[in-house]
Amino acid sequence: MNYEVVIGLEVHVQLTTRTKIFCGCSTAFGQPPNSQTCPVCLGLPGALPVLNYQAVEYAIRTGLATNCSIAPQSVFARKNYFYPDLPKGYQISQFELPTCRHGWLDIEGEWGVKRIGITRIHMEEDAGKLVHGEAPGSSQSSFVDLNRAGTPLLEVVSEPDLRSADEAVAYLKKLHQIVVYLGVCDGNMEEGSFRCDANVSLRPVGQQEFGTRAEIKNVNSFRFVKQAIEYEIERQADVLDAGGKVVQETRLFDAQTGMTRSMRGKEEAHDYRYFPDPDLVPLEIDAAWIEAERAQLPELPDARRQRYQAELGLSAYDAEVLTAERAMAEYFEAGVALLPTQPKAVANWVMGDLTRKLNDSGQTLAESPVTPELLTGMLRLIEAGTISGKIAKTVFDEMWATGHEAARIVEEKGLVQVSDTGAIEAIVDEVLAAGAAQVEQYRGGNEKVFGFFVGQVMKASKGKANPALVNELLKRKLSGE
Amino acid sequence: MKISRTEVEHVARLARLALDPAELDALTGDMDAILAYVDQLKRLDTSAIVPTAHAVPMANAFRPDEVRPSFTPEQAQQNAPAPDPAGFRVPRVIE
Repeated sequence: MNYEVVIGLEVHVQLTTRTKIFCGCSTAFGQPPNSQTCPVCLGLPGALPVLNYQAVEYAIRTGLATNCSIAPQSVFARKNYFYPDLPKGYQISQFELPTCRHGWLDIEGEWGVKRIGITRIHMEEDAGKLVHGEAPGSSQSSFVDLNRAGTPLLEVVSEPDLRSADEAVAYLKKLHQIVVYLGVCDGNMEEGSFRCDANVSLRPVGQQEFGTRAEIKNVNSFRFVKQAIEYEIERQADVLDAGGKVVQETRLFDAQTGMTRSMRGKEEAHDYRYFPDPDLVPLEIDAAWIEAERAQLPELPDARRQRYQAELGLSAYDAEVLTAERAMAEYFEAGVALLPTQPKAVANWVMGDLTRKLNDSGQTLAESPVTPELLTGMLRLIEAGTISGKIAKTVFDEMWATGHEAARIVEEKGLVQVSDTGAIEAIVDEVLAAGAAQVEQYRGGNEKVFGFFVGQVMKASKGKANPALVNELLKRKLSGE
Repeated sequence: MKISRTEVEHVARLARLALDPAELDALTGDMDAILAYVDQLKRLDTSAIVPTAHAVPMANAFRPDEVRPSFTPEQAQQNAPAPDPAGFRVPRVIE
């Protein structure tokens, strides 16, 4: 039978606040177990949670950037269940009244542009971490580290609007890009700062009602999300084709095998007995606050991409590459601000030599020895004809190595472009004399050898000859003057 | 009856309470009486009352995002039955 897959995603976005959502313990990663705990996040009797203002600001910004409406009132609730990583016996979350509702994101791909609904974004606290003992004598034990307990999360719940693994990945990448742009999340999927649960179900093509879904937990890379969903589609199709029924359950993706497997035990009771947490007062967000947060939003990737094409005349591809990361877009824009006449040249150097150097050295843009000032300083020398584009590559490498200005490098290394007609003419004459055979070929109609002459002249001048002049002189001389 | 013995059993299991049959019967009776008592509220007309999430008429209590001192791992586990540098030791949890 032919099935259509229906996918909804729940994404946990860890916020970049310095402290936890309800107490002043640090959220720094990789510290000794339980060194970032206090009575509140340990759930000691009598301790009272107080909401982190910054976490609320981040929630509002994320909601605005994903086209959500911001609820005038939201309420924190207790989600009750027992697990060793949850010291209070309940998780503080938002249930009936989340902070953000009814948003959407547009995703692009072979399907064109598709709008994916966002049901809600709610704030909640993370649980602790369980380590299953490997040390001798500890095979019967697990160890609980509560440093992560109370870390602020946003849970972004999508509508079941996704119809393929590729759409799901496109949606995830879009959301990831936005939260990283906003600076509300570091986006580090390996450390679990951005993780995803996927609800996957199948229905016969043409059927309206949804099939029974399985929930795949905690998939921590874009590639694994694609693999996990594709595996799950096949698994469920096999079950249905064999006349069986899909069981509603939680499944775990195993990156080693590329398969999902049932996680029995956590099934027992999805009976969380939510009720409003009496320790926390309601959160009220008025229009003035929403506007104040809106003013804090950076220009988002989609808007930036369109502006680069419309106002700066860049290609769709260039605009896409430059806006993929906020740091790169900001670097590019700083360059354009310094050299407004040449956005395309700035774009080419940022995407070309600069990116290559960054990749080779493993450095980030913030660490780049070549600042937008240095880069545009060099582009000005090209514009003025002081150096050729070819020499600029050498100058760029020198700037990267020394952090010196292009003008200084050009002067110290004697890289000034030769635009003296007489000097170039002498080289051209030499090259033509040495290449009599090629001159014959050219005059016989083989224009391809022209490039050979240009190469020879540039080589003889150590790359310093003005290419426009070289071309002009060669043409004139070859045509027999 | 406001609540059945089966429901009481279910709630007991969610709360990880092991109850013997006599206790279950007694609690079912008690909880039924409590719910019947609370049901008296239904006699009031609340159609004009705005639903409330909190007993205190207050909103927006915040703290700034500033790091405060935490416990040391030893302090955090002071009352734990099996403290360990790797964390609170608990019976192995198999996923």
